[in-house]
Amino acid sequence: MSYTLEGNTGTWEIVVGLEVHAQVISKSKLFSGASTVFGGEPNSQVSLIDAGFPGMLPVINQTCVEQAVRTGLGLKARINLESRFDRKNYFYADLPTGYQISQFEHPIIGTGIVEIELADGSTREIGITRLHLEQDAGKLMHDQDPKRSFVDLNRAGVALMEIVSEPDIRSPEEAGAYLRKLRQILRYLETCDGNMEEGSMRADVNVSVRKAGEPMRTRCEIKNVNSIRFVMQAIEIEATRQIEIWEAGGEVDQETRLFDPHKGETRALRSKADAHDYRYFPDPDLLPLVIEQSWVDQIKQTLPELPDEKRARFQKDYGITAYDASVLVAEQSTADFYEKVAKGRDGKSAVAWVTGDFFAALNRTGKSIEESPVSADSLGAMLDLIADGTINGKIAKEVLEEMFETGEAPIEIIDRKGLRQVTDTGAIEAAADDIIGKNADKVEQYKGGKDKLFGFFVGQVMKATAGKANPAIVNDILRKKLDG
Amino acid sequence: MSLDLATTRRIAKLARIGLDDQEIEAVRAQLGGILGWIEILDEVDVEGVPPMVGTSVTTTLKPREDVVTDGNCQDKVLSNAPDREGPFFTVPKVVE
Repeated sequence: MSYTLEGNTGTWEIVVGLEVHAQVISKSKLFSGASTVFGGEPNSQVSLIDAGFPGMLPVINQTCVEQAVRTGLGLKARINLESRFDRKNYFYADLPTGYQISQFEHPIIGTGIVEIELADGSTREIGITRLHLEQDAGKLMHDQDPKRSFVDLNRAGVALMEIVSEPDIRSPEEAGAYLRKLRQILRYLETCDGNMEEGSMRADVNVSVRKAGEPMRTRCEIKNVNSIRFVMQAIEIEATRQIEIWEAGGEVDQETRLFDPHKGETRALRSKADAHDYRYFPDPDLLPLVIEQSWVDQIKQTLPELPDEKRARFQKDYGITAYDASVLVAEQSTADFYEKVAKGRDGKSAVAWVTGDFFAALNRTGKSIEESPVSADSLGAMLDLIADGTINGKIAKEVLEEMFETGEAPIEIIDRKGLRQVTDTGAIEAAADDIIGKNADKVEQYKGGKDKLFGFFVGQVMKATAGKANPAIVNDILRKKLDG
Repeated sequence: MSLDLATTRRIAKLARIGLDDQEIEAVRAQLGGILGWIEILDEVDVEGVPPMVGTSVTTTLKPREDVVTDGNCQDKVLSNAPDREGPFFTVPKVVE
């Protein structure tokens, strides 16, 4: 099912491309030795290079280059062994030098691919146009003083990767799936923490609309959207606005817009007359960046297993569904936890416990998987106790809750609380006889054809044994007594 | 090459330099002179020569290690600020 919007003149489809700014994980800035740590005292993590003092020269950070290459490899992209840095000129208070060092004509990374999964289980490939390295700008605060804006340059000069997608995205859902996937890949690679709240990942969204089969129409760029949900909302709202303009006989102007989530609208940030003229030119302070293929190959050797590969392997090795596998690989920590639990055990039952009762308990206690009081080994031990018949599944839920509270090993809880499964057929038979004796009327109804009552007898016997009876044995015994 | 007045005004605006009509004419003439001088380079035959961005064709960028070696000099950084407020630079309010 493709996504379309209905206008008065017919059906419209949307065309979206995303430019994602991802902050590179590094200790120091792209061209200076100042720290990149978030939340420092204002203007304390600033060198004279970052502050644009005259005569200061930029020197490139090797790790930032490595992170860009690593990301490029993760996006199955072309790595350009020679790239260049250019000055992108604009005048603004967050940019002390009056230009941002960026890569314009010769980016370090060329075309690549991100595969996205959609809710209906289908997959699509979204093309990556390029990835380049550039400097972040400083931060302005407008709410501290009625007449002045305050400037903090701690972020100025921190390395960003700008990751540009092809205009391959056709719905808000696809945009969301693309951003989630990209963030997942960056986190697996440990090249960006993907934290949109702290601004270490932000998106510029290019939106246009067209009738089926038409070439592209004019697009608008929505700047700096800082959550996946807002990106999805902004696309729909902006597309609707453009359709109204075209249908009223107007022309959409190519312009930069802002998304206002409170008002649910986009509005023009700059008119065409004020459009930026960046006057890019090669930065004379920086020679071409040349890297060796052998170094790229070395980096490739250190890449982790990425989400797509991990998902495929989980399905194959553990016999679980595509859906379950994608839930598990969403975070690397979850995938690692699952794998410890599943190794040497039944993968299906492991996924049911991890994504079922275990996740529920984490949610209930507000803990992350790293803070879980129940380790993967401990959960695995509990699965073993179910498999060997020491406890049944129902009791196991109780044991798991207790494990969350006390952090004890499952076997200790089972012994302390006397929860071992009753497999003694004599005891179960006695309980069954008792229940049948007490419910002669129900026995009559059952024999008269009310099959559903069988469940009632099972329930009563389980209750009589405090849930500890082996359900399979209970079933056998009741069948014999009631049907025989 | 001569620079037209509209382009000169645009350059001044992009550089955030306010110039009156008399000044703009003077700057136009000066910039035109510079451009004309640079255009002498057009006489060089560069057919088949790949574009270069520096004076060296053999030297490439020398990287540094990812170590924090700089910063922590708030006073120096703010020393030229015409209007500082606590740890901040300030500028006339700009809201885009």
